[in-house]
Amino acid sequence: MASLNALIAVALVYVAFLFTVAFWAERKARRDQGGWLSSPLVYTLSLSIYCTAWTFYGAVGNAARTGLEFVTIYLGPTLVMIGWWWILRRLVRIGRSQRITSIADLISSRFGKSTSLGVIVTLIAVIAGTPYIALQLQSVTLSFAVFAEAGGRTWFDGDLNAAAIWVAVGLAIFTILFGTRNLDANERHHGIVIAIAVEAIVKLLALVAVGVFVVWGIAGGPAQMLAQIDASPISHWEQKPSRWVSLIFLSGAAFLCLPRMFQVLVVENVKESHLRIAGWAFPAYLLIMSLFVMPIAVTGLAVLPADANPDLFVLTVPLHEGKEGLAMLSFLGGFSSATSMVIVAALALSTMVSNHIVVPVWLSTRPGGNAKVAGDVRYVILLARRLSIAGVLLLGYIYYRLSGGGAALAAIGLISFSGAVQVLPAMIGGIFWRGATKVGAALGLLSGLAVWAWTMFLPSLGDVGVLSAALSGGPFGLAWLRPDAMFGIAGVDPLVHGLFWSLTFNVGMFFAGSILSFPTPLERLQGAQFVNVFDNTAETRAHTENVVTAEELLIMAQRIIGGKRAQAFFRNAAERQGKVGYLPEVTVGFIERLERELTGSVGAATAHAMVGQLTGSRGVSVEDLIAVADEAAQILEYSNKLELKSEEQDRTAAALRDANAKLTELSVQKDAFLSQISHELRTPMTSIRSFSEILRDGELAHDDQQKYSNIIHHETIRLTRLLDDLLDIAVLANGQVTLYPQDGNLHDIIDRAVNMAAVSTLKINRNEGSEMFSIKTDLGRLEQVFINIISNAIKYCRAENPELSIRCTTIDNRIVVDFVDNGIGVPAAKQQVIFEKFSRLSDDSTAGGAGLGLAICQEIMQRLGGEIAYLPGQGGAAFRITLPLADQ
Amino acid sequence: MIPPKTKPAFLDRDAYQTRRLHDAIRAMPVAGTVLLLIPLMWGASTRSSDALVYVFLAWLVLIIASAFISRLLPEPLAEDDEQGPL
Repeated sequence: MASLNALIAVALVYVAFLFTVAFWAERKARRDQGGWLSSPLVYTLSLSIYCTAWTFYGAVGNAARTGLEFVTIYLGPTLVMIGWWWILRRLVRIGRSQRITSIADLISSRFGKSTSLGVIVTLIAVIAGTPYIALQLQSVTLSFAVFAEAGGRTWFDGDLNAAAIWVAVGLAIFTILFGTRNLDANERHHGIVIAIAVEAIVKLLALVAVGVFVVWGIAGGPAQMLAQIDASPISHWEQKPSRWVSLIFLSGAAFLCLPRMFQVLVVENVKESHLRIAGWAFPAYLLIMSLFVMPIAVTGLAVLPADANPDLFVLTVPLHEGKEGLAMLSFLGGFSSATSMVIVAALALSTMVSNHIVVPVWLSTRPGGNAKVAGDVRYVILLARRLSIAGVLLLGYIYYRLSGGGAALAAIGLISFSGAVQVLPAMIGGIFWRGATKVGAALGLLSGLAVWAWTMFLPSLGDVGVLSAALSGGPFGLAWLRPDAMFGIAGVDPLVHGLFWSLTFNVGMFFAGSILSFPTPLERLQGAQFVNVFDNTAETRAHTENVVTAEELLIMAQRIIGGKRAQAFFRNAAERQGKVGYLPEVTVGFIERLERELTGSVGAATAHAMVGQLTGSRGVSVEDLIAVADEAAQILEYSNKLELKSEEQDRTAAALRDANAKLTELSVQKDAFLSQISHELRTPMTSIRSFSEILRDGELAHDDQQKYSNIIHHETIRLTRLLDDLLDIAVLANGQVTLYPQDGNLHDIIDRAVNMAAVSTLKINRNEGSEMFSIKTDLGRLEQVFINIISNAIKYCRAENPELSIRCTTIDNRIVVDFVDNGIGVPAAKQQVIFEKFSRLSDDSTAGGAGLGLAICQEIMQRLGGEIAYLPGQGGAAFRITLPLADQ
Repeated sequence: MIPPKTKPAFLDRDAYQTRRLHDAIRAMPVAGTVLLLIPLMWGASTRSSDALVYVFLAWLVLIIASAFISRLLPEPLAEDDEQGPL
């Protein structure tokens, strides 16, 4: 039989299929914003990563050993899901309003955006998650080995390790490819979500197919199956109540606390109302998953030799019956369970590691605010996240190798669950109890982690030399600290024992620490926002903070989330305040919103620290916030409507103020314009008159005659140009101009403009590849605009080695061309008026023009359906030209 | 400065029924816990197949009831149900 080769071929085809699906989903999501990709069905299926290979294979093994107890692993999550109104709805709402990126971020954010809590939770997650990833690698390699054996070849350690390493590398590539595409961990990873939804269907089909085969194909129907169950060695119902209850609780709690579950439940959730479908649909999925577990276990015990590994019954029963196709499907089911779990776990863990450990360390090793390259932080975060993914999988592989991949590993599933569950008290306490503090949370987490490690994790490592002696007799001979019998209470089931003591200490310390410590203002603020998340707590009202300018904030935001997104965000904010341009008023509300936006990328603690660095007034402004928030909450009841109105008034007032300022400026300019234009007209006129008089009087040398007529000629040209400009702008402004739209290429126009502007002193940086847009517009007019901007740069850029960068891209289906020079830029106060007629930055008339250039550009761009704007925060003067894309 | 609270003491019929639906959905996990703890009271003589059938039936009932209540909930989900009049 060539079954192993066939199996490897099938597995490779399946992997290729998953890549294709993920690519397709990413593309589709980009084109039409999700669509059915973000349906409740997909959300429900994505939750199925709870059913890992450990549950796929292990549930049957568990059933074969302990009977019905296996079902508790599914009952816990069922209770959590049908109780979605209590906890999940709250978590999802908090996750969205606070832009939570991971469970570590949730805890850190709730307790005053604390960096140290983020680190603790991340460590817990990594310690508890690594064995679990090792377990998945083991299950895949074991299932390969089963097929190898069926093909007549026994696998040895070398083969298993090689298989494990290939699987790990493949998973790392998939996760990096689809998991770190967007920086914003708060955004949905459509490719991954769709891939795991497909895998959810595959594993369900596989288990059901094997089950149907066992019930109807071997046993002969449900009634016979039930009879067989009663006749089997696991027929007796002898459930220890403590274990039954503990396991239901443990699985339910782990369902909330496992980083990968938090990722799909909260972070990848697009709509709160998906919970109402998932609330019953996911329990239904779990029910179907576990429906055939007992029948398969019983059949395996009956038909297979006594030494067969029950954990692999799902594979070995069909193989034993000669159903190779079915076994293959079942292998794919197990493979799907393992891969989807590892992908999401690696994604979640890497987000936590990069946001809570790598980035804070990186930031602290650099002097803040020095590097001002847009997107430099963004690059570091992406790199950190990619390396973390590889690191997490490497850890899993190392653990797999160290543990020997034996039965010891199988026992670690529940222990790993118990570790993850240590986050539960801080999480539940954090979202329901305002009195919970950072000190309490840290004490609870650390003591729970310590007791868990002592009573569960260390014993699971087996007999390791010195350690085992210390373990069996208690540390330093202190018998009451024996890990299997704390305080002398022996004879309890080890899982129940460890779970009970770790959570007791955890909750006890959390509570005691919370009531004995006093929270910082930020903790109290966050606490109120988390616990009262449904009261749509008032956003703190705006009061002006003059310490930091909007431009500085924009520069920082650009470093983290990249230019495009930062500019869009600032522009939106400015619009909401009724202002034009990219620089909104720096209000407390705006800073809060900005911080939240950054949180989506780097986590709450880091975002807070970075914004805090700039605003400078951390302590004071937080106290301010508290005061304002309290006051706001008090008057909220009756002032909601009023506030809405006054907000609108504020906006109108801001708009009016702006308009007024502009008008005043304009009227000043108009006066200036009149004197300017008479000056501009008079100067050439005067020289023309005087020189023509000289000429008229005659008796001049030939050379002089030549010289004076030249002057006259030159001056008339200047006059003509001025009058041309005036005419141009008048025509444009009145809409009388005729446009001649033609098809062309943006690249050619920039080429011509650069040539026409006669660039000699200015160095032009272009990325010609990015300029390849076909456009349909009045090419001559567009070229005129480009020439104008380039010649402005030549005239006004005072840098020692003047440079102008031309960058092209698309935003919201519009072409954007940025011209950025390396001069001193335009001061904020002048940015409003440079597009007005006759505005010139400096009073010196060395520049030559009459200050009409940009005004003409603006008129032209409006006629062409585009826009020209000043883009602040780029280092030098920067103009952004926006154009519609040519119709397809 | 603090305004007097002027919330009504009673709600209209629709709002009242929505509130009760919220109560029902809150009760689901409690009911589920009770249903799933019942087998613990059975003696060791219970047959495994009976226990199996019971657990899966209870599970199914929970799913159907939960689906039913979720369908009745008005869209979008009400938000101000935390406190207030009955």
